[in-house]
Amino acid sequence: MATENTGGGSVEYIQHHLTNLSVGQGFWQLNIDTLIFSFLLGGLILFVAMKIGQNLRTETPGRFQNAVEGVLEFVDNQVKDSFGGKAPALIAPLALTILIWVWLMNFMDLIPIDLIPAIAHGLGVNYLKVVPTTDLNTPLAMALVVFMLTVYYNLKVKGFGGYIKMFLFHPFGKFFIPVNIIMTLIEELAKPISLGLRLFGNMFAGELVFMLIALLTLGATVSASLLIWFPLQVVLDLAWLIFHILVISLQAFIFMVLTIVYLGMAHIDADSH
Amino acid sequence: MNINITLVAQIIAFVVLVWLVSKYLWTPLSALMEARRQKIADGLSASERGKHELKLAQERSAEMLRETKEKANDIVAQANSRANQILEDARVNAKAEAERIVAQASAEIDREVNRAKEVLRTQVSTIAVTGAERILKREVTNKDHEAAMADLIAHI
Repeated sequence: MATENTGGGSVEYIQHHLTNLSVGQGFWQLNIDTLIFSFLLGGLILFVAMKIGQNLRTETPGRFQNAVEGVLEFVDNQVKDSFGGKAPALIAPLALTILIWVWLMNFMDLIPIDLIPAIAHGLGVNYLKVVPTTDLNTPLAMALVVFMLTVYYNLKVKGFGGYIKMFLFHPFGKFFIPVNIIMTLIEELAKPISLGLRLFGNMFAGELVFMLIALLTLGATVSASLLIWFPLQVVLDLAWLIFHILVISLQAFIFMVLTIVYLGMAHIDADSH
Repeated sequence: MNINITLVAQIIAFVVLVWLVSKYLWTPLSALMEARRQKIADGLSASERGKHELKLAQERSAEMLRETKEKANDIVAQANSRANQILEDARVNAKAEAERIVAQASAEIDREVNRAKEVLRTQVSTIAVTGAERILKREVTNKDHEAAMADLIAHI
């Protein structure tokens, strides 16, 4: 039966799905599938941006322009809420890029899990991970960029001395300087790591659940038990899919909001802590 | 699932994407939205201004109307007083003229009377001389006659 046959097969199936299409070894391994899909989605954003940009209309915006304006205004409001109106010009486009790019990359999770890899297999590509955000490199890359920007704005707003002072006196005042340094260091480092890992963890777990659901009928032959497993699989898959629509949007939104909040915190002067 | 060079590639990709989105999506679209906001605000303030101007114009026209009415009233009053004055003048003139005419007439009358008196005096003296001639039955000489006439005229 299905479960007996896939005892070894299911492990192999999952491992196969967790292996990137890559070149190079060790640290120099380059995950080509991650790059291809994230670049494609980034390209899609730019293509749409160009398409809209070609006929921007002030008086009579098209339906699609309206939708994009809505998203843009939503992001802008988030930024304004966090910054109190005077954010650097970089923040809002950064937040917008994160929102739509992460959402689109997460969205790849909703495409049936075996569809694209199967097509790729037909074309002679053996390994393919479709969702760029389930590759730790992608969320961490964005988190690190945000972290670098945080440090940059901290230095810019507070000055070097102010930034050092934040490490020295921040949680407990001047009598606990060693403790303060460790605490603040952990706090600052935890921000990018948690930011990246949260997105990665959610998407990875989500994909894993899709795999487990797919495993229900993996390698099954036409038999009586299939009558039970197949409807169960469909129902579970649909339920998880619908729930996942919420998850991918939520994760994209959280990533964006935390980015804004971290950068906003960098803009608060040390004295107002 | 492990961290590798893909991380660096994704960092670069992310930075480039943010830059491109900022350039091709955010900047034009937010500029357009800002322009629209500005336009709407301008339109609203223009309509506000228009309303204000309309109000001012209405006030001004009401003021003008009031002034014009006042002026018209003034003119009418002035005309009335002028008419009264003319009438008064005419009355005074007429009175003076009438008095002048009356005075002239009375002077004429006086003159007529005097002349009549003169004529009468002459005739009376003639009659008196003629009467005296008759009584005396004799011709008074021309010389006597004239002397007597002069004497008589002087006495009347």
